[in-house]
Amino acid sequence: MNAADRIARLLFAFYMAAFFAYLFAPLAIMSAATFNASRFPTVTPWQGTTLQWFTALWNDGPMWQSVWTSVIVAFFVVLVAVPVGTAAALLLTSLHARARGFLYALMVSPLLTPGVVIGIATLVLWRQLGVGGGIFLIVLAQASFIICYVMLMVVARLQRFDRTQEEAALGLGASKFMVFRRILLPFLRPALIAAAFLAVLQSVENYNTTLFVRGFDTPLTVYIATKVRTGLTPAVNALALVMITITVLGAIAYEVARRRQAAASGGDQG
Amino acid sequence: MSELYGRFGGGLATIFVALVLLWLTGMVLAPNIMMIDYALRPNLPPAQIGGPDDVYSFDNMLYLANEGVHRAIFFKTIWASALVAFITFVVCYPLAFWLAQHATPAQTGLAILALTIPFWINEVLRTLAWYILLAFRGPLNAVLLSLGIIDDPIRWYGNGGVLAGMVYAYILFMLFPIYNSIESLEKAQIEAARDLGASSWRIHWRVVIPHAKAGIATGCVFTFMLAAGSYVAPALLGAPGSRWFTEIIYNWFFEGGDWNRGAAYALVLLVLCLAVVLITLKLARVNLADVAK
Amino acid sequence: MSHSVELQDIGMTFGATRAVRDVSFAVEGGEFFSILGPSGCGKTTILRMIAGFLEPTEGRVLIGGRDMGGLGPNQRPTAMIFQTLALFPLMSVAENIVFGLEARGISRAERAKMADELLKLIALEGYGDRKPGELSGGQRQRVAIARALAVEPQVLLLDEPLSALDLKLRQHMRAELRALQRRTGVTFIYITHDQSEALAMSDRIAVMSAGVLQQVGAPRDLYDNPQTPFVARFVGETNAIAGKVTEVAEGFAVVEADIGRLRGRAGQRLSVGDAATLYVRPEALTSGTADNKLQATVERIDFEGAFALAHGRFADGSALVASIPGAEMEHAPEAGGEAMFGFSADRAVVLVDV
Repeated sequence: MNAADRIARLLFAFYMAAFFAYLFAPLAIMSAATFNASRFPTVTPWQGTTLQWFTALWNDGPMWQSVWTSVIVAFFVVLVAVPVGTAAALLLTSLHARARGFLYALMVSPLLTPGVVIGIATLVLWRQLGVGGGIFLIVLAQASFIICYVMLMVVARLQRFDRTQEEAALGLGASKFMVFRRILLPFLRPALIAAAFLAVLQSVENYNTTLFVRGFDTPLTVYIATKVRTGLTPAVNALALVMITITVLGAIAYEVARRRQAAASGGDQG
Repeated sequence: MSELYGRFGGGLATIFVALVLLWLTGMVLAPNIMMIDYALRPNLPPAQIGGPDDVYSFDNMLYLANEGVHRAIFFKTIWASALVAFITFVVCYPLAFWLAQHATPAQTGLAILALTIPFWINEVLRTLAWYILLAFRGPLNAVLLSLGIIDDPIRWYGNGGVLAGMVYAYILFMLFPIYNSIESLEKAQIEAARDLGASSWRIHWRVVIPHAKAGIATGCVFTFMLAAGSYVAPALLGAPGSRWFTEIIYNWFFEGGDWNRGAAYALVLLVLCLAVVLITLKLARVNLADVAK
Repeated sequence: MSHSVELQDIGMTFGATRAVRDVSFAVEGGEFFSILGPSGCGKTTILRMIAGFLEPTEGRVLIGGRDMGGLGPNQRPTAMIFQTLALFPLMSVAENIVFGLEARGISRAERAKMADELLKLIALEGYGDRKPGELSGGQRQRVAIARALAVEPQVLLLDEPLSALDLKLRQHMRAELRALQRRTGVTFIYITHDQSEALAMSDRIAVMSAGVLQQVGAPRDLYDNPQTPFVARFVGETNAIAGKVTEVAEGFAVVEADIGRLRGRAGQRLSVGDAATLYVRPEALTSGTADNKLQATVERIDFEGAFALAHGRFADGSALVASIPGAEMEHAPEAGGEAMFGFSADRAVVLVDV
């Protein structure tokens, strides 16, 4: 190994360390600040270790109200996005090439639209119809682009579907509805569960779109961002820590489920 | 369409078509058309709506063109978003290359899991983490002061803070497309180039980057679009001197009370983003269908 | 007696390509009928038109005398076994087998009983709760058959179901399918590109080429009396000697070829001067003398066990294959030497070139 190589290796090691520090330091500090007795969330100076901010979080009524709002929104987003996204995927895969290109561009366009624009467009349309911001508009605005993610996930799964299964079922006398219910839907199930999961995450984490259509409702992300202006306390960090824990567990569960499913579908073909 | 009906029968197929139509017309097209309508009309008191002054014009866009501060913020948002995309690319490229070409499958799996964890946590919390880290009396200044690198604490909030927070937020949107495209590059090509005496620099410039062009374009397009349309990072990590175009739009809606002007600004942002996306993809010869993966 | 299947002048056009044109034949009830042809000849298209997955662009399909026009695959008295089998991977073996009964609204208890019976029929008792992915290739094959038979079809359509199996299993399954067909009396329409499979199993065979029906007949008939050059070459091995017709009389014709004048049966109406080819099977060539004599250079002798094959070349360079029965092996010609081959005129067929 020559000197240049050694320097390159050293540089790369430094880069990797810096990269992962960049990735995790903010989260680590945010989590650590939960346990600092300081009124403003920080780790410097350390004013004594405490669990008081978890208690503060527990007693934070408006915060729980915002969690509840987010849960309701996420529930309805899933209810809208999963069926519509699935329908879009099925429609797309049943079209001929030329029509498909145009429809596809239209269907993925919300992904290429800035979130604030989606919020604004939804807001102005519904004001015209006499409907103001609130949970209803949050659901519509969020679903309009979350449907794209569902659609893409279902399309990806559909590409591995063997259509002769549908023919076989039909040939055995099944109605078209039964073919859908007993053959296609069970096949899509893992993708639908994953898509619902992703839809919940996308909905709960959304801020840019939600901000414009929220009206007088305050979902969790809006609540947190508002707290930064109106007086941030480490209670928010306690909330962040809880959410990090939940999302990490969720991510791991998702990964495990995905691997198990990959293994299972591999077995089906073998 | 006939295939859809043939495959699912009249009932189901009609439901599918109806759902998709509701989505595309009611939730995608109609809102955007209404936004254009708003953008082209003047802001009038309710009594005058539909009256002689209620005519289409480009006044709201021209207002942006003539308002020096807003225009400056608009252009700053564009180039800062481009800068975010570029820095994110620089930060991600070495790791993407290493993951795609050198890492063992176990290392790749671990790295991807580690990378996805911050991604699963929502954007507001990620930004909040930076807000805490970069506070004037916060940990970063404390560490730098104690190491003697700086003598006085630095005000990070502002352009630097926004940049750091945005790059952080969009790493994955850059990393995965690049990783996917480099992964399809045969190792033998790099070895062949090295064998012919090419330097590492030249290998990346002439072999790897051209091969990964589609992935790089996809990553840059997404990062640019997300950065230009971001609200939370400039709101939390910015300073009065580092306002973002989305904040101006927000103010028209909820402080200035002029929705028409706000809609016009939003429309300009949308057109800009779509133009950047489509031109970049065209230049890189990337198909829209490949982007969405 | 199960239903007959009749095709009346059916044709199928996909865009600009005519995959099938003017095909007519009738399959009798209870028959084991094969459609034989190389890939792309339109045989699968025909099967899919019978099943109802495709609606013919011309002509009609009748099953049991009833016009099937406008009826979907779920409304026809047919069941199909697919090349890929298309078992439902997420359902258990038992659920797969009684899927068609579920579609007919038969009660759960009844279905369970039927599943047990059918599992017994295919010798897979106790496998009902497994998933298809856990079975071997041959077992999956049997599940597919049971699934199709469970709906008691009048006609069973089989789309090269044995092609994915290895040779030994394939031969075993041939016998099993044949026996099953005899036992159930169901009309079988079997698609294959493997002529030995078709010859071994079928009551009758339809030979297809490039979307056109060539000939329908019993295996023996196709082999001995091919009516088109395609059938003569595709079904079994043959020697083809091209020339010109110089004489036609009493059902026989004389062909003037570069290597001599040869006499054979007229396979169709011939006129003097037609460009025609004489086809003679390897086993019809004997090393002794007969009405027709051919001289050839023997290049090699391939010993095949019960018989040997002599590969040679005529003076004009065209190839020759002759089969030598085991009993006559000692009279076999030497490789490398010249030899005389002969055949009697009624073992050869003369057909006009197309």
